[in-house]
This record gives sequence, structure tokens and C-alpha cells, in this order.
Amino acid sequence: MSMDRRQFLKIAGISTVLGLGGASVMRGVRGSEAEASHVMTNEKALTAKRWAMVIDVSKFRTEEEYKRLIKACHSIHNVPDFGEPKDAIKWIWTDTYEHTFPTQPNEYMGESVKEKPFVLLCNHCANPPCVRVCPTKATFKRKDGIVMMDQHRCIGCRFCMAACPFGARSFNYKDPRLALKPEDENKEYPTRTIGVVEKCTFCTERLSKGLIPACVEAAREIAKETGTEPGMYFGDLDEPGSEVRKVLSACYTIRRKPELGTEPSVFYVIGGEKNA
Amino acid sequence: MLEKALNGSRRYWTWVFFLLALVGVGFVNYLYQFKNGLGITGMSRDVSWGLYIGQFTFLVGVAASAVMLVIPYYLHDFKKFSKIVILGEFLAVAAVTMCISFIFVDLGQPMRVLNVIFHPTPNSILFWDMIVLNGYLFLNIIIGWMTLSADRKGVKPPHWVRPLIYLSIPWAFSIHTVTAFLYAGLPGRHFWLSAIMAARFLASAFAGGPALLIILALIVRRLTKFDPGKEPIQAVGKIVTYAMIANVFFLGLEFFTAFYSQIPGHMDSFKYLYTGFEGHDRLVPLMWTSSVLAVVSLILLIIPSWRKSESILATACVALFISLWIDKGFGLVIGGFIPNPFDTITEYWPTLRESLIATGVWALGFLVLTLLYKIAVTVREETSGIEIEH
Amino acid sequence: MKLYDGGKIIAGLIIFFFLVTFPFFLNIGKVNAKPEPKIDTPEIQKLAEKKCIESKAFMRAEHMKLLNDWRDSAVRNGERTYVNSKGKEFTISLQNTCMHCHSNKKKFCDECHTYMAVNPYCWNCHIAPKEKES
Ligand code: HEC
Ligand code: HEC
Ligand code: HEC
Repeated sequence: MSMDRRQFLKIAGISTVLGLGGASVMRGVRGSEAEASHVMTNEKALTAKRWAMVIDVSKFRTEEEYKRLIKACHSIHNVPDFGEPKDAIKWIWTDTYEHTFPTQPNEYMGESVKEKPFVLLCNHCANPPCVRVCPTKATFKRKDGIVMMDQHRCIGCRFCMAACPFGARSFNYKDPRLALKPEDENKEYPTRTIGVVEKCTFCTERLSKGLIPACVEAAREIAKETGTEPGMYFGDLDEPGSEVRKVLSACYTIRRKPELGTEPSVFYVIGGEKNA
Repeated sequence: MLEKALNGSRRYWTWVFFLLALVGVGFVNYLYQFKNGLGITGMSRDVSWGLYIGQFTFLVGVAASAVMLVIPYYLHDFKKFSKIVILGEFLAVAAVTMCISFIFVDLGQPMRVLNVIFHPTPNSILFWDMIVLNGYLFLNIIIGWMTLSADRKGVKPPHWVRPLIYLSIPWAFSIHTVTAFLYAGLPGRHFWLSAIMAARFLASAFAGGPALLIILALIVRRLTKFDPGKEPIQAVGKIVTYAMIANVFFLGLEFFTAFYSQIPGHMDSFKYLYTGFEGHDRLVPLMWTSSVLAVVSLILLIIPSWRKSESILATACVALFISLWIDKGFGLVIGGFIPNPFDTITEYWPTLRESLIATGVWALGFLVLTLLYKIAVTVREETSGIEIEH
Repeated sequence: MKLYDGGKIIAGLIIFFFLVTFPFFLNIGKVNAKPEPKIDTPEIQKLAEKKCIESKAFMRAEHMKLLNDWRDSAVRNGERTYVNSKGKEFTISLQNTCMHCHSNKKKFCDECHTYMAVNPYCWNCHIAPKEKES
């Protein structure tokens, strides 16, 4: 609560009222030490103009493989599993073609696609409606295109959930720690608490350490073990030579509900060979 | 004037304590929700707004409806509304109080609510909704209070009140337009994504709010010496009639667009609400109740000789109010979430605790309304016979 | 407005005053031991130079502000490296940096906070280090 009080003092401060005082962290009003310090991005950090992902569903074979992707993400991010859909928290999950692309139905599609699980996660839209509606900027778009959640600021109004056309957001209806065993928690990452919304962050905390997102890493491991090509690619959409751009130019890809103009940054290769 | 609320009959105090008890029950349940999270409600990942936001939406309409008395009285100099206008303004105060409370109980992190002010975000409609609702609350408190205390002293209200009254007119439209925009600008929610949403909201508001006002005026007349008069009630009855016709017409437009175009996204929510969809039909009985009541009320209202009878008018208003309460306080919000973005269905029904919290908020609103009406009525009883111009 | 029932109102005010100040009365007579935050964790013992992120005085007075800035810097701006006034780099993280050294939350952070009656809500989400022995 008193965090808010401090913010109030900040607001009262003329500088904020006038819109002065930029993004620089230490404002220099607090003595020499604060002035002398600064913050920066890690040298090892992966950076991009617009992060994007390509998911080639044809590359996944078994149920086990999908489970590994999901586990890779949910275990490091302390995503609880309440075991029922009502209060479910999901950062990455699977569903059928029909539910993934409800506006592109095709009754006569072959079983191979019809039954195939599709990997779903936040689309990190270039024109995100969730960001547009958030009344506190708790969800915002970073310079690298990632749609990020600031759990510290979220008031839990759930406007973003109504606005997201992709069902990518989950709300903490219950205390997530009730469903997390302490021994399974990743001690290096926070949990969440009741009353805040959460979703996939493209693993910003890993990118800053020079690591690719956990699901993509899991997909690469699976590929290595089975001697195939990975089913997930991650890279800079703005960089013509990037991994994602290579796949995008070689394969026919689709995005979820492109007609809504949100411009998702997650692309899907539906089937067939890579160079088909 | 406040002391007037502290001086009442036994019946008055029984009513006040009854409301306080309901507020108390709601509050205890709210504390439970505060501690355990919104998981105690029927809301889910798929239907992430429910009874609370539905009631909020409905009550914004009730609040906005005060303008239907203010416009004739202040803009068209329709003197007959002189007594009843204060009832409208105080109803608006009570309704906005409930709106703000409903938003508050719906928040997952209520302690952080001030973040909306610390981090103002003009691109968020919710930000604007907060501004217009609070503004409207203050406008009506000031206007109602100043005109009433002037009446009491037998003088004109201070001249600076008049600009505020004029301001309150567009402001009333703004609260409901902005509330409609909460819904009408969301991509992928076809049920809400409709340009006529704001107009439909206003029409239903101008039917439902004044209908409630007629009921309240009749109750006030029966319980106190204050008589708002027969003619004003009839005049409000006409407003209700026209607004309800517009509302049903607008709803018809929605149906036409959805079903003539045959676009699944546009039809599905309507199908879910009125016929059931893929075997899910929990809201169907409610929606048909709403439709039947709407038709009944319209028949009773449209025939002039029936409308002239106050008992029939009262029946029509009750039917209409319930109809709109279901349609807007429930169907409209829930329907927008069904089917979900994956074209599958998760149904919603409020839990007992959730309903008790909602009842508590309503009781709070009625408590505010009772106290304000008590003050207004006592003042009016004291000054009855004296005609003052504002 | 005339003051009706002046006596009752004053009595009410007095009761109100006692209710509000009740916590202070409760504490009368209890000599609060001055907090002594312990820095004897194994992690700190291993340090060549037993120094915090910034000077002790600064940390004591400004750590809450520093944490706020860290939080915004990491989550909102994606800048997760802090260079202190001496030019030394730290990874911006409550759980992995502060609590790595101060792994004795109960004997360190809580020691002061209990004394000052502040209760940071951070631990609803951030996982507190496992207390070794106490
Ligand atoms: C490298 C290990 C290390 C890290 C990382 C670290 N501290 Fe410290 N901290 C210390 C040591 C050692 C002291 C004692 C300093 C002294 O006595 O000069 C200390 C002192 C403090 C004090 C003052 C205690 C007192 O007795 O007045 C506070 C407050 C504090 N740290 C908070 C933090 C916070 C908050 C963070 C994270 C932002 C943090 N520390 C990170 C090692 C660390
Ligand atoms: C030397 C005593 C001391 C130590 C040690 C200390 N704190 Fe604090 N901390 C305080 C005081 C005093 C406040 C209250 C400041 C205020 O209210 O403005 C505070 C406030 C805070 C706040 C803001 C809470 C709020 O509600 O505003 C946070 C966050 C915080 N401390 C984190 C830590 C962490 C994490 C540690 C351990 C690594 C720590 N503190 C150790 C004295 C201490
Ligand atoms: C609603 C849950 C929640 C609460 C409460 C919360 N945090 Fe966080 N915090 C998070 C999440 C989630 C992250 C993102 C972690 C990441 O991206 O590495 C985070 C990140 C941070 C970071 C930067 C990254 C890191 O690893 O630490 C700091 C610093 C931080 N929080 C400080 C605080 C402080 C101080 C408080 C209490 C005043 C607090 N947080 C309360 C959820 C929370």
C-alpha cells in the first residue's frame, strides 16, 4: 500500500505533473550515489526490433513433445495447474485447428491437420488491443515488440481479457501458490498473487540473459534428440536474415484472426514439407 | 439539511436498518472475496466479467436517465417537472454510487485502484469512464443539493448552478456513451462490436431509468405527504414509452444484421442467448422472460388509455425495468463472452456469495437513495404550496 | 447548523480517538528492541569486501526507492543491469540479487520491517529465500 503512497508523492512532485523527468531511473534528487549509478541492458542480452515466432506444427509428432514445451515454460514461470478449466492459468497450451483458427473453418480437411494439436501462446501483436484498453499501462508494448505485463501495476480489471481476441490472458482467480508445490517452484522467478492478469512474455527475463524463450529451447532439444528439425523458430521480424524471416519466405504461413488487424507476431506453418 | 435524514418514522428506520443489514451481509462476503480472490464468483477464464460488470452497465443507464427530466425542465421550461426533477438527480447520485461500488468489487487488486490516477492512460476507455462517472456524481450532488437547499429557504439557487445544470446534460449522455465504448471497440467480440451499441445503451437507459423513477414517485406519494403530481408522472410515462420503442427497434436492427448476413460470429451470441448454442442454454429462460416482459410493457405503454391509469403504468414500468435489468444487467455482458475466442462455450452463473455482494451494493445504493429522498421529501413537505422558480 | 447532542458527539469523538490510537496504547511499556539486521549469511561471509549494492547509509535510507526503480527498470524498460556509484555491476533482481546475499530474510529484512511496522507485499509473489536455521 505504501508503495502507492510513494507514487502519490511522486505524482504530487512538480516534475511529474509537468511531464518532466524521463525514463532515466535515478532522478538525481537523492544524493551523489544515486546520481553516479545507472542502469543498462545486459551485454549478453538478445535484442531485436520486433521479436516473432514461427510454429511449424508438422514437426511435432507426439503428445509428449507438446507436454515438454508446456512444461518447459510453466515450470520456470511458476504457472500453477489447478486441474480445472474455470480458473486455469495458461501461458502456452495446445488446441485443435478448429479452435485455433475459428474464422477459417474447413470441414473437409484431412485428419492429419484436423486432429493435430496447435501450440498457442500470446501473439505479441504489433497493434495489441490489450495494451489499448489497459487503464494503468500495466500491459504495454516494449520497444522490441514484446507485449509485457507489469504485475506490480495491474489492478485486475480484466479489460485486457475482454479485449484479447486470442484468449491469451489468464486471471488469478485463486492464490496460485495453492496449486504450486514449494519444491516445484522456480526460486529464481516470482509467482503471482490473486487478482492479477498474466500471460506469456516471450521470456523477457531469459532474453536479457542471452537465452531464447524456454519453449523454443525445448523444441530445439526435442529436434536434436529425434534428429529432426525444430518446430519452433524465434527471431527478429525486422531482420531479413533472421531465422524467422527465412522460414517465412520459404513456407506458407498463417496467423490467427489476421482480419482483426492486431498483427500477431506468431506465425503457423500448417503442414507438409518445409519447402513445399 | 442532513439532519432531516435522522428524523423518521418507525417504518423509515426499519427500512434503513433492513438495508444496512443487507449491506453488512454483502460486506462480510466481500471481505471473503478480498481475501480469497474472485475465484469465489462464477467468473472464469472465458467469461471474465459477470454479474458485477453487468449491474454496473445497467446502473450507468439508470444514472444517465436523470437527464430526461433535466432537459424538459431546464431547457424547455416544462414547469410541471419542478417537483420531480430532484428525484431524478438524487436517483442519479445513488445509481452512480452503485456503479462505482460495482467496479470496485470487481477489481482483482482493489488496493491498487488509484493506479488509474497515478498512471493516467487516455487511450483506455476505462480511464475515461472513471472520469465521467465521478464527474457526473459530483455534478448531481452539487446540483441536487443546491437547488434543494435554495427551495427550502424559498430563494433561487445561486446563479453558478445553472451552467452546471447545462453541463450535466451532455455529461449524462457521455457517461452512457463511454460505457458503451467499453464494449463497442473490442476486436473479436462480435456481439459488442456494433456501432449502434451506444445508441442502444442510451435508449434502454432512457426507458429503464425513468421507469424506475415512476415507480419511486408512486411509492413516495403513497408513503409521504409529498405528491410529485399526476401530470409529471404521465409525462415521464411518455418518455419511457418512446425510449422503449427505440430500444426494441435497435435490438431488432442487431438481429437483422446478424441473421441476414449469416456471419457466424455475429449470430452465435444471439443464438446462445435466445435458443441455446451447441447444447448450452442456461440463459435462454432469462432472455425469453426479458423479451416477454418487454413486449408486455410495450403493449401496456403504447395504448394511451391504459398508460393513463397509474396502476397499469406502474405494472408496465415494473415489467419494463425487470426486462431491461435482465437484458443489460446480464445478457449483454455474458453474451459477449460466449462463445469464447476459440469458438467454444464456457457458461456462467453467479455464485451465492457473488449475488450477496451484488445485493449488498444494491442495498447501499438504496440506502443512499432513501436518505436523499427522505431529505428531499421532508423539504418539499415543509415548503409545499410555495412555488419557486429556478 | 446547530450542534445537537453536543455531549454525545464529543463522547463519540473521544471513543473514536481511542480506537484510532489503540495500537499505540498496546505498545506502551513494551520496549521495542532496536532492530539489528544480521548480515552473517554464508553468501556475505564469502565476500572479500562486505559491501552492499551501495553504501550502508544509502541502502538503509533508500532501499525501497531503489527497489522501485529496479522493478520499473527490469520489467518496464528491460534494463536488468545496475551499475553502482563505484562502477560495479549487479543483475537487477530482488530474488536473485538482494536475497542471494541477504538469504536470511527473517533476521534481516523482517527485523527492521517488524520494528517499523511496514509489511512489504512483495512476498505475495516474490519467493522468499528458504531460511536456513533460526
Ligand atoms: C553482494 C551482497 C549483497 C547484495 C547483492 C545486497 N546486499 Fe544489502 N548488504 C550487504 C552487506 C554486506 C551489508 C552490510 C553493509 C555494511 O555494513 O556496510 C548490506 C546492508 C544492507 C542494508 C542496510 C542494513 C543496515 O543494517 O542498515 C540494507 C537495507 C540492504 N543491505 C538491503 C539490500 C537490498 C534491498 C538489496 C537488493 C537491492 C541488497 N541489500 C543487496 C550485502 C548485499
Ligand atoms: C535497516 C532497516 C531495514 C532493513 C535491513 C530492510 N528494510 Fe526495507 N524498509 C525499512 C523501512 C524503515 C521501510 C519503510 C520506509 C517507508 O515507509 O517509507 C522499509 C520499506 C521497504 C519497502 C517498501 C515497503 C512499503 O510498503 O513501502 C520494501 C519493498 C523493502 N523495505 C524491502 C526490503 C528488503 C527486500 C529488505 C531485505 C533485503 C529490506 N527491506 C531490509 C527498513 C529496512
Ligand atoms: C503480483 C505479483 C508481484 C508482486 C506483489 C511483486 N512483484 Fe515484483 N515482479 C513480479 C513479476 C511477475 C516480475 C517479473 C519477473 C521477471 O520478468 O523477471 C517481477 C519483477 C520484479 C523485479 C525485477 C526483476 C526481478 O527478478 O526481481 C523487481 C526488482 C521487483 N519485481 C520488485 C518488487 C518489489 C520491491 C515488490 C514489493 C514492493 C514486488 N516486486 C512485488 C511480480 C510481483
